[in-house]
Amino acid sequence: MSLPTDGKDLVESMKTVKSKFKFRGGVHPDYNKDLARDKAIERMPVPSELVISMSQHLGAPAKCIVKAGDYVTRGQIIGERNGFISVCVRASASGLVKAVEKRLGAAGGSAPAVVLDTTAPVPEGVVVPEGPILQPLDWKTASREDLLKRVEEAGICGMGGAGFPSSVKLNPPPGKRCEYLIVNGAECEPYLCADHRLMVERASRIRLGVEIMRKILGECAVRIAVEANKPDAIAALEEAFADMVGNVEIVVLPVLYPQGSEKHQIFATVGRVVPEPPALPIDVGCVVENVGTTVAIADAVEKGEPLLERVTTVSGDAVAEPKNIIAPSGTKYSDLVAFCSGVKEPPAKVISGGTMMGFAVPHLDISTTKTTSGLLLLSRKRVFQYTSQACINCGRCVRACPMYINPAEISKAVEADDIADAERAHVMTCIECGACSFACPAHRTITQFCRRAKNSIRARIAAEKAKAVAAQSAAEKKEPAK
Amino acid sequence: MKPKETSEHYVLSSSPHAHSHASVSRIMLDVIIALLPTTIAGVWFFGMPAVWTIAVCVSTCVVTEALCRLAMKRESTIGDFSAILTGPLLALNLPAGLPLWMAVVGSVFAIAVCKQVFGGLGKNPFNPALAARAFMLISFTGPMTIWLKPYWWRAPDAVTTATPLAAMKTMFTSAALSSATPRAGEGGIPSLWDLIIGNMPGCIGEVSAAALALGAVYLFIRKVITWHIPVSYLVTVWVYSLISGGAPAHIHILTGGVMISAFFMATDYATSPTTGKGKLIFGFGCGLLSMLIRQFGSYPEGCSFAILIMNSVCPLINRWTQPKPFGYKRK
Amino acid sequence: MVTAIVCIAGIGLVAAVILAISDRYLSVREDPRIGMVLSALPGANCGGCGFAGCDAYARALVEGTAPNGACPAGGDAVAAEIAKILGVEASATEKRVAIIKCLGTRSEAIRVGDYNGICDCSVAAATAGGDKGCVYGCLGYGACANVCPKHAISVVDGLAKVDKRLCIGCGKCVAVCPRKLIELVPASAMIHVLCNNPDKGPAVRKVCGVGCMGCHLCEKNSGGKEAGHFTFDGFLAKVNYANPPADPQIVAKCPAKCMIEDPHFESAH
Repeated sequence: MSLPTDGKDLVESMKTVKSKFKFRGGVHPDYNKDLARDKAIERMPVPSELVISMSQHLGAPAKCIVKAGDYVTRGQIIGERNGFISVCVRASASGLVKAVEKRLGAAGGSAPAVVLDTTAPVPEGVVVPEGPILQPLDWKTASREDLLKRVEEAGICGMGGAGFPSSVKLNPPPGKRCEYLIVNGAECEPYLCADHRLMVERASRIRLGVEIMRKILGECAVRIAVEANKPDAIAALEEAFADMVGNVEIVVLPVLYPQGSEKHQIFATVGRVVPEPPALPIDVGCVVENVGTTVAIADAVEKGEPLLERVTTVSGDAVAEPKNIIAPSGTKYSDLVAFCSGVKEPPAKVISGGTMMGFAVPHLDISTTKTTSGLLLLSRKRVFQYTSQACINCGRCVRACPMYINPAEISKAVEADDIADAERAHVMTCIECGACSFACPAHRTITQFCRRAKNSIRARIAAEKAKAVAAQSAAEKKEPAK
Repeated sequence: MKPKETSEHYVLSSSPHAHSHASVSRIMLDVIIALLPTTIAGVWFFGMPAVWTIAVCVSTCVVTEALCRLAMKRESTIGDFSAILTGPLLALNLPAGLPLWMAVVGSVFAIAVCKQVFGGLGKNPFNPALAARAFMLISFTGPMTIWLKPYWWRAPDAVTTATPLAAMKTMFTSAALSSATPRAGEGGIPSLWDLIIGNMPGCIGEVSAAALALGAVYLFIRKVITWHIPVSYLVTVWVYSLISGGAPAHIHILTGGVMISAFFMATDYATSPTTGKGKLIFGFGCGLLSMLIRQFGSYPEGCSFAILIMNSVCPLINRWTQPKPFGYKRK
Repeated sequence: MVTAIVCIAGIGLVAAVILAISDRYLSVREDPRIGMVLSALPGANCGGCGFAGCDAYARALVEGTAPNGACPAGGDAVAAEIAKILGVEASATEKRVAIIKCLGTRSEAIRVGDYNGICDCSVAAATAGGDKGCVYGCLGYGACANVCPKHAISVVDGLAKVDKRLCIGCGKCVAVCPRKLIELVPASAMIHVLCNNPDKGPAVRKVCGVGCMGCHLCEKNSGGKEAGHFTFDGFLAKVNYANPPADPQIVAKCPAKCMIEDPHFESAH
């Protein structure tokens, strides 16, 4: 493992290395990536209706600032950043706001969304601006603050799944320094090829994004983590990064799910272990960004193009033509499927995301967000049915768990409604990767049991907090009387 | 009036939506397949009485399981093959020629008392086959310790005999008296070849080490069991016999129930720890107790009791050996 | 013989001294009224009073830190008895019972997916927003039935229902329902609107055959707005339990069939 640069060895050249660290556990799902792996990214025409959710990222939903009847232009801010962990939402196309209403999101919750009619004529008096939406910046001369501000105003959040606001991640708190910038190109989810295609087709944009992030974070070593099952992506990245100066390595990771999990990625690439919560990757000197986010940052700075669209893999055995599509965020799933020439056979399950961590959705009237990496339509024979058999104590989940907790104990505790016992078994450490349920021969919904325990614990903590706040305010009210 | 529903509903479930295709019935089937070589060897050596014992045990176990589930008004669990597996596991731990009604009693005890009373598969604290065997050993001590000679039909003068274990029992004491190491082939100990292929008196399924090893290889290939329990079990027996100075170590491993216990009985999921570390402790405990009973106990063989005792401390071992979450510091 | 007698007597003496000393210095004096109050309470340990079981409430009552009459299960009778023991006034309480504001059984309300997972409302609701078409309605996975200390709630045809005769009004079900459609209402009220969907009529009709459309007919039939028997939240009628309607005719006249008039909330299901 080479140490981060300290300024002296800037002439060091890029290397491709094999990962030296392997975490225990993990599983090998059927990847089924061949369905869309070789499909070049296609741009989809703007659909006639977009439903843009105010909750496209981790943290507080954006505050909607438009109302029905307004005409918005492409790139216009329609949702304002609402709190520290939040990002703004921009209109991904010009159109008339038909309604602002609560819509079901892929993750199951409802959030306010702006319904746009993109076919509406431009009303008189409204000027659709020409040229770039934001002023393009020269990253070499721009200040760190300007670049950070650009990432924030472009509405960029982690595009790997969780959607953590990038401007927060790229701005470590005082006293903490980033030593390693890790670009996550593992894409360990089955079926999904969006990041893979980006690495093959836009390796030079990834490099630009990396250079910009390195400028924001200060001098740091760069690690680009790619799973070994993407040799063409590794070759493209090698070519693009060949002449990049500094401590740069492409780390080839063994094919193992969940290699793309932030904590496991950090361990696999640099051998550092993020301590127990509330520690964050920055506490071990690491910042991890997804390749999609890296490209978005490059576009936001160099082209002045905010994050309005993303690559989404539409795949599964029920889709007529699996594709990797660039679609404006807010595109309805039904439009994505129509662009893939519809379905071959009636799907029995529709998943937003990959098969390991994605969300099953009840219908196609749901829209993409900045974090929609894939849409999978599976036929009946690909759908796995859970049953409620008893745990046979085989220990497969314990061996599969990449967080080294005991999912069997947790699932049995939750089944017996003993949330406290589940908490003692460290259920809050669970990353919900699904390796336990995947491995379980009794077909138990172990991951869902963990979710249930986590929800109850979070609800309890929230209730306790509310109680404490109420007690404090009551005490304050009493105080003046005395 | 109910509004019209869309005809096709999508399946809604929590992630993950993919599965390894492992199933309980497949695991049980794998163990049954792994038991086939030793079953065949047992039938080869002990003839029709072995066939009858196995057949009676399997059918009684299945019928008992079905009746228990019916009585408890729960869904039938015949389909998970666990009852079908308990049958041969028990039968292979019984001597051939045992009165069949005793095999019936043992099978009913295994399924009804040792398994279903606790809630069925996965919830039983003791290995049903072993608990039933222990129950039978205590209840029918005489018939349970009468052993058919291999190929007994060829030796009409003496059909039954003592097991090598009885001979070894005396070795612990005789070895202490005389420094002469007993060799294979002497004092009731069969030759090494007979030990490996199983040409010796004993329970139906425990005699043939080669057949058991073949089954174990299948279990390892199918990843049904991990190496932890068998290895720590066998190494403990090996080391103990080296230190104690009784019969040679390989004889201890190849006679009696050590092989079948290490690969098939101690590795029973429900009654062994889930973590690797726990499994190592469990195997060590089983091996140590087996040897202690062999040396000091009043029974010549102790594998069943050793595993049952370790079954009872399994929850404790599980508690001690909970894994430390990734990134957590040891407290 | 003598040694044995001396030994036994000696042990007895030492033990007696130890017991006497410990009684003197280690004894815990408990207010005898705690036991009396405890025996007056129903002993269901339902937690409806806000304390951790009847014992905790009894202690708090005797210490004077809890109001008398907080026990929903016991109601006025128990409050009066406790008042007698403690010599304090009982604050009048009215027995309350839980109602589940949904009538959308599987045969009335549509489902939008085949849910496959653990049988618990909160996780079912978190999985793609639940499989029920109406996002306000009862999912029928029985979270309320599981916490009910009196087994007063049962799930039939995908819908939870309360048996008023068994309900003690502890409110545990109110807390666990992820759809927040359980409400504690006065046990004397006979007419209820069992719907929780505030959407417009056509939207409700798309997902449920017995959902309130906000037509205000119940209000009109019960003497108009000024009578004040109903309030409205969006397009959802709500019974004003401070001033409940009494005329059972309005139930039959409800075009949406989302109202019931039934002492046990049973025949409607």
